[in-house]
Amino acid sequence: MTLVDRWLLPDGVEELLPEQAQQVESLRRKLLDLYQRWGYELIVPPMLEYTESLLVGLGSDIDLMTFRVTDQLTGRLMGLRADITPQAARIDAHSLKREGPVRLCYAGSVLHTRPKKPLASRSPIQLGAELYGDNSQASDLEIICLMLETLRVAGLSELTLDIGHVAVYQAVVDAAGLSDEQEQRYFDILQRKAVAELGAFIDELAVDGETAKQLSGLNALHGGDDVLQRGLELFANIPAAVDAIHTLQSLQQRLTARMPSLSFYFDLAELRGFHYHTGLVFSALVSEHGQALASGGRYDDIGKVFGRARSAIGFSLDLKALLSLVAAPAEVKGIFAAHSDSAEQWQAIQQLRDAGEKVVAGLPGQQPGEACDRQLIEQNGQWQVQPLG
Amino acid sequence: MDQPITIALTKGRILKETLPLLAEAGIEPLEDISSSRKLIFATNHPHIQLIVIRGTDVPTYVKLGSADIGIAGKDMLLELGAEDMYEPLDLNIARCKLMTAGRVGEPLPQGRVRVATKFVNVARRHFAERGIQVELIKLYGAMELAPLMDLADLIVDIVDTGNTLRANGMEPLELISPVSSRLVVNRAAMKRKHAVIQGIINDLEKAVSARAAEA
Repeated sequence: MTLVDRWLLPDGVEELLPEQAQQVESLRRKLLDLYQRWGYELIVPPMLEYTESLLVGLGSDIDLMTFRVTDQLTGRLMGLRADITPQAARIDAHSLKREGPVRLCYAGSVLHTRPKKPLASRSPIQLGAELYGDNSQASDLEIICLMLETLRVAGLSELTLDIGHVAVYQAVVDAAGLSDEQEQRYFDILQRKAVAELGAFIDELAVDGETAKQLSGLNALHGGDDVLQRGLELFANIPAAVDAIHTLQSLQQRLTARMPSLSFYFDLAELRGFHYHTGLVFSALVSEHGQALASGGRYDDIGKVFGRARSAIGFSLDLKALLSLVAAPAEVKGIFAAHSDSAEQWQAIQQLRDAGEKVVAGLPGQQPGEACDRQLIEQNGQWQVQPLG
Repeated sequence: MDQPITIALTKGRILKETLPLLAEAGIEPLEDISSSRKLIFATNHPHIQLIVIRGTDVPTYVKLGSADIGIAGKDMLLELGAEDMYEPLDLNIARCKLMTAGRVGEPLPQGRVRVATKFVNVARRHFAERGIQVELIKLYGAMELAPLMDLADLIVDIVDTGNTLRANGMEPLELISPVSSRLVVNRAAMKRKHAVIQGIINDLEKAVSARAAEA
C-alpha cells in the first residue's frame, strides 16, 4: 500500500464532511421529531447481533448483504445489521411484548456487503417507522401518509406513490397451479417485465386459455388508475386477487381524499421484497430522481419466527440518498470573539450561546473566518455584537 | 408538455437496424447520425432525444437512469445483468446466437477447460450449470484467434453466419442463448413517466408486429 492509497476509503463507503454532516443531522432530528409528534417511539437497536435473530425469515438477499464477525466470547456468528426492520420486529415481539398497536421509529447506520444498486452506498443511514399489531387499512393509511409526510418535511414535492399488493401475484400463481420451479421462472420474468420470454414460458406450460390470459395479463397490469379496473375484470374468478385489488381501490380513495395532488402508479406485478412482504408494497418517487426514495410494505409474518406473530407495516429510507435531492439550508453565520482573558467577555459569550447564537471564541492570534459575520467587541466597558468588516 | 425522454441506442450494426424501426414508430433523428460527430441527437419529437453509445454502456445508462429507454442486444443484458430495468419488447432485429465454439474435432482436455470470451459472466454461468470447471480468459476481440494460438480450448462468442469460425478451422458447439435486440426501460422512469414511455413502447410494438406480419 502506497502512502497515497492509505487514505482512501473502500468502494461504496463514504464519510460526511461538515456541511453534509450538518445537513444529515438536522434532517434526522427534524424527521425523528415528526415521528414523535405522530406518536412513534424511538428505539436504538444494536449495531450487531447474533445472525440467528438478525437474519431469520428474511430470504437470502439480506443474508448475502450482511457482514459477519465471530463473537470472541461465545464463538457464535454475529452479523452487522444490513436492515433495521427485523430488529424493530424483534423488539416489538420480544423486548416490549405489549398488547395492541405499537409504533416504533429509528435512525441508524447499516452496512451492506455489496451495494444494493449500482453506485449506492454500502453504509447508508436507514431511517424508518414501523407499526405493529394492527392489520386494518387504518394502519396502511397511517404508514403511507407518514412516509409521504417525511418526504414533504424533507422538502420534496410532486411525489408519485408506486403501489402494489403481493397477494395478487400469489393468488394468480396458486390458481394456475405452477410448480416451485415454474413459479421461480415466472417470478423472474415478471421482475423484468420481459414480454418475449413470458410468451414462450406460457406456451411451454400448456395451461388452459383463461389461465394463460391471466398469467400474461398480470405482466401488463401497471400504470395509471385503469389498472385496478382491468385487474378486476381479468381475475374475476380468483377471489383472493379480487380482494387485494379492492383493498388497493379503497386505499386510493382514502389517500386521494387526504392528499388530492398525489399521483398514483399501480403495479400489480411489483414483487420487490416478495419473500417477506405479505400484502401491500409501496414506494415513493420524485420526478427528478432515477430511483425510489422511500419504500415499505406489510410483513405480517416476521414476528412469527420470534414466537409471536404480529401484524406489521412500515417504511424506511436512506438519509444519505435523500440528501442529494434536498436543497441545502443557508448556513447560519456566527459571532467571532477575539481572544481575551476577560471574565466579562466569557459571561457575554455564554449569554449569547444560551440565546442560541453560534459564538467562536478566538484563540491567540486567530482571525475571524468565513463562518462568522459578526464580532463581539468591548465598547465603554460593555461587550457588544457588531457586524464584521 | 410531455416529460422529456432519453433513448440510448447501441452503435454499429444494431444502430443501422434500429433507425428504420424507430422511423416506422414515428421517431426520427433531425440529422444523419452516421455522418455526425455529435453524441446527442434531437428528434422530430421535441421531448425525445437520442444518445448513441457502445452496446456495453447502454445497460449502465439505463440502470442508473441517465437514459430512460435503451436498445441493447440480449447478449449485453445477459452479461451485464438486467436488474433495475424492464425488458418489455423484443425488437427482433440484429438476430444472432451466443454460442460456445472450438477447433473442429478436438476433444476437451481433462480437468480445467480454458475459455476465452468477452462474455465472462455468461460463460461462467453456462459452464457452471453443466458442472464444468473452467478457467476464464477475458479478451476484447478476435476470440477465434485464442484456440489457434493455444491460449484457450473453447471460446464463447456471438455467432452470426459462422463463416469466421469455419475460415479458422473452428465449429460452433453449444447454443447458450438466441440473441436479438431488446427494448429496456429504467424501472423508476417507467413509473414516473408511464404514459409517455408506454406510448413509445406501443408504437414500437406495432412497428415490430407489422414487420413480422410482412415476413
